[in-house]
Parts: sequence; C-alpha cells; structure tokens
Amino acid sequence: MARTARHDAIHALVDVKQGLISRELFVNEELYQQEQERLFAHCWLFVGHESQIPKPGDYFVSAMGEESVILTRDREQRIHVFLNTCRHRGMKVCRYDEGNTPVFTCPYHGWSYGTDGRLVGVPYYRECYQEQLDKAEWGLVEVPQLVNYKGTIWATWDEAAPPFAEYLGGMKVHLDTLLDCRDGREGGSEVLGGVQKWVMPCNWKFAAENFAGDAYHNISHRSVDLAGIGPSGAGRRDTVERSTAQRLGASFPDLGHGAVSFLQLDDVPYTPSYQNTPIVEEYFRHCYEERKRRLGKDARLLGLVGNVFPNTAYLARQPRSIAVWHPRGALKTEAWRWFLVDADAPPEVKDVLRHYYLRYSGPAGMTEQDDMENWNYATLASKGVIARRYPYNYQMGLGQDYGTYDSPGVLTDRIAEQNQRGFYERWAAYMDGARTDPRNGGRNDGRATRKGARPGAHRPESRGKPPDADGRSRSGG
Amino acid sequence: MTDHSDDVAHLLLQQKIESFLYREAELLDERRYEEWLALLAEDVRYWMPMRRNVKFGELEREFTREGQDVNWFDEGKETLTRRVQQILTGVHWAEEPLSRICHMVSNVQILDVKPSASAPSEVTVKSRFLIYRNRVETETDILVGKREDVLHRIDGHWKLRRRKIVLDQNVLQVKNLTFFF
Repeated sequence: MARTARHDAIHALVDVKQGLISRELFVNEELYQQEQERLFAHCWLFVGHESQIPKPGDYFVSAMGEESVILTRDREQRIHVFLNTCRHRGMKVCRYDEGNTPVFTCPYHGWSYGTDGRLVGVPYYRECYQEQLDKAEWGLVEVPQLVNYKGTIWATWDEAAPPFAEYLGGMKVHLDTLLDCRDGREGGSEVLGGVQKWVMPCNWKFAAENFAGDAYHNISHRSVDLAGIGPSGAGRRDTVERSTAQRLGASFPDLGHGAVSFLQLDDVPYTPSYQNTPIVEEYFRHCYEERKRRLGKDARLLGLVGNVFPNTAYLARQPRSIAVWHPRGALKTEAWRWFLVDADAPPEVKDVLRHYYLRYSGPAGMTEQDDMENWNYATLASKGVIARRYPYNYQMGLGQDYGTYDSPGVLTDRIAEQNQRGFYERWAAYMDGARTDPRNGGRNDGRATRKGARPGAHRPESRGKPPDADGRSRSGG
Repeated sequence: MTDHSDDVAHLLLQQKIESFLYREAELLDERRYEEWLALLAEDVRYWMPMRRNVKFGELEREFTREGQDVNWFDEGKETLTRRVQQILTGVHWAEEPLSRICHMVSNVQILDVKPSASAPSEVTVKSRFLIYRNRVETETDILVGKREDVLHRIDGHWKLRRRKIVLDQNVLQVKNLTFFF
C-alpha cells in the first residue's frame, strides 16, 4: 500500500510519456532528502582516477553524494574507498585533499586506521578499554562494491547493486570514447594534477540532464562561439569530422544514462584538427589513423558528451573531462572536475590540451560559465508556489525515437529530449523503489535492437537542419 | 645634510606603482576592458592556482603548479583578449546583464626593483585584493586574496607582465570567474 502511494506520488511528478517533469524535482528539500536515501545510497558513483593514487599510501579525499570518502591504495596495492569518519565519535579522519600516509589518525581521540581500513591504533587500549574493544569490528566503513574501470574508480554503498558492467550496460561504448586512448588502445588515461571544485547555486539535476545530451542549448553558448576558443582557433571545438557523421543520441531509460556521440557513416579520412599547434595536429592525425586501424568499424563512433546516472558527466574529446555533480541541498551543487589526457602523450600535447580545457570548462571556462548562469536562475525562478504549478517541458522529439542502429539504447539522430526523459524515467524508478526490476532487452543490453540495421540507412544530420552544434559555420556541422 | 634622494626615489616609485594598480582597478570596475588589455604586456602571464589542503610540512604541494597542473587561470594575452571579446558580445549570459564589480586594492608592497628605484624598468609588487561582485538582483560575492605582479616599463609606460593571483579559498565559493583579478 505504501509502495503504491509512493509510486503515485513520484509519478505525479514525472510524466515521461507526456514529457512533463515537475519543478518540485529541482527545488523541493523533501525530495532532495529522499534522493539521498533512495538514489545516492544505491547508485554507482565516480570517486576518482587511479592515477591520483599511484603509490601505496597515496590517498585522495573525494565524495559520494553528501558523504566524504577517502580513495586510497594500501600497502598491498589494493584500492579502497572508505567513509571519511572515525568509528568512535565521527570526526573526519582526513581533512587533507590528497597526500600519502601510513595511517589515518583521528584528531579527536587518536584512533588510527591503516590504509587498508583496519583499526590499528587505540590510545590507552589497555588502560581505558582493558583490551576489551574488538578492533577488527571497528575499522573504517568501506564501500561494499568498488570497481576500477579503465583507470576510473567507481563505488556504491549498495551491496545488492548490480555489477558495474551491468549498471553501465550499453552506455559502455560511449563512456569508452572518453576512457580509451586516442589511438584506440584500451584505457591508458591519466588525470592532470588538480581537481577543480566549486559551488553552483542550482539543483544537481540541471547539470546531470544537460550533460545527458542537451544539444538544443547550443544557442546559449553563442558568445564563446563568437569569441572563438577552439583548438583550431574558431568556435568551441573542432567539428569538421562530424560534417560527415550522424548524430547519435543514446538514451538508456532502464539505466538512466544518456549520451550524444557521432557515428561516421563510412570510412572517413582524417580531417584537420588542433590546427593552432602543428605538433598537436600531427599527434591527433596519427591517433586518428591508428585508432581506425585498430578498431576498424568501431572507430566510427566519436564521443561527445554523456551522463552516467545519476551524477557523473563527461566530455569525451574536446575537452576531455569528467565532472561529478555533488548534491548539497535542493538548491546547491558542488561541482568537481577532472581533466584527462593519454598518460603517454607527449608533454607538448598535454600542455596544449590543458590550456584548452581550462578556457573551456570549469568556473573560469568560457563555455561552462553560461551553463551555470542558466541553471542558477532556472532554479531561482522555479521556487515560487505559482511557478511550481507549471512543469518543465521535455517534449522535443516525443514519439520520434529511432532504434535502428548497430548500437544499444534508444537512439535518435535528431536533437531531442529523449535522453532527459530517459534520465527522469530512471530517477522515478529509484525514487518509487522499482529500480530492482528493470526491463531488459534492447533498451539496455548493448546489443543491436534490430537485425540488419545499418548506420548508413539513416539521414545524415545535415538534412535535419539542427541548430549549430558547436559554434562553427553551420555547414561545418 | 643627509642625502634623501634614494628615499625619495622609492617614495615616488611606490606612488607610481600604486597609481598604476588603482588605475587598473578603475578601468575594470568601469568596464573599460579594452583599455585594461592595453595595460598588459604582449607576453603577459596570468596565473591563478588552486589551493589544496595539505599536511603541515608538505606546503610546497599546496598550490597547483603553473604550466603543469589544472589551475583556475594559466594563460596569456590571447586568451584574456578572448574573454574580453566574449563579454563584449552582449550575449555572454554569465555577464549579461553586466555585474557590478568593485576592486579594492591594498597592502601594496614593492618587493623588488630593477635596476634601481631612480631608474626602474622592472618592479615586483605584492598587494591584497577584495573584489565585491553583485549581479542581477541579490547575487553577491566577495573574493579576498593576494596578487604578486611583475610590471615592466615599456616605451615609458608600465605594463603588467606577470600576475599571480592567490585566492584564499579551497572549494571556490562562487559559481564562476567571469571577471578579472
């Protein structure tokens, strides 16, 4: 009975069939609290990158939802994620951002924990505890599940959560365009030193749904397109290669992920990129050709943007970055941003990429600034009791899904809001408690949805005349 | 009689450098961005590291490194010029409508002068800033920190050749950095 009431309450707010989402999701503190329990305590969340903790004793203090956690590597080289709180009276055992340590010692009463989480030191153990305290029972709280996926560390507090690969489902191919080497080798990334952290006065879902693939908002970035910060001097990024590719909006409504990638229709030769810097251009030319040689037809998938449910977003290529939208109240988010490069890329390449990343993303990023302004004032303008009566509109492309590519998920080659509808469908499933029973099949599982589907059978993007994707000339895609 | 000429040269230099910094702040607050750009040397370095919480004894790791790590800013005149161009499009929504910004500059200390105070061609100067920003209706930010500048005298005019900006924050407490320090 309670389950039904909860179901009805949630589905009164989320009507994906009509493309209507209540503003309560973005401003309501009670829903926000429910999200912490029903969603963030169960989902797989990105914690950090293995390159941040290369040596035994290295640690990086991260967050999972509202909780502070420690990502660390123990003496046996095993990676752990611990709740950053003393088991005795709760004090944070680590208030540094990163470093190397043999033990985490609580400043309050001095309990200390090894990098494997075991309680190894209790002051006056004999005198005060008469050696009666069972230290083995009072180690740091550790996540029940953790995975190192191509160098990225993910964890969940739910021991019954499906394995990460299953959680990721068909989103894998899109996430891999972020995590694999530019020349097609698996994994091989590292993060540049320093994680950007800043506050955004908006609900975390504004950022998540945007990165799930909101190509419609490009008009918002007109100023940076005019100023021109791309690695070839114009627009926001190099997009020539996309002029011969098809947009691939991929939604995974049973999982909550969303991505926008591009799919080349044929073998397309390298098109110039990074033209500001000859040595970098040469590097990416080499990588492009090498990737094609290694991956064959699979190299036709070019990643752009995506959001792994619920709050881990990426930009796959230009710039190449992971962001986490940490919830900090219904009206506040703390954004953390990591920047990736191939670990073995030449220093000149890393340096040019770093400069480009910084002028694009983050609070000083000329693109991301305008996004945050929109999320900020959309949040503010949705707080009022009158405003809350009027749901947001996610009807773009409703009923227009085309599931006929050799690629998993619910797909479209149009600019549409199916990815956002998919995100909220999954959000509702977590919130009403139905998440343990996802429908499976072609919507999620990484198999082609229809036999014989050929990418080439679909309209090239240019025929659909979508809005300018990245600030280059419209004919350039 | 004591010769005060060296003291006088230092006083005059202090006054000139302060005037430069105040004029620069004035141009920014008056939104005269192109005139502000003209105060920057062509090879200016504009660097604002991020700051980490690190253990005592490891303070060399507190700041992200110029030219290597992720920073808030680590750029030259080309990118700074693009930032100005972006504001001047009139559709840079994070600065449209324009914010009301007030730069307070204080604690101006000349750390080094070359070759001499009486004939200076390069000055290293440290100062404090307090930047107040108010935008749209009630949105208000206050940012406080230090700057370490290198000024060069080029063709009879002082130009900013290097600026290190040290913000006294860890998690940035503002949503963006659309303005100049």
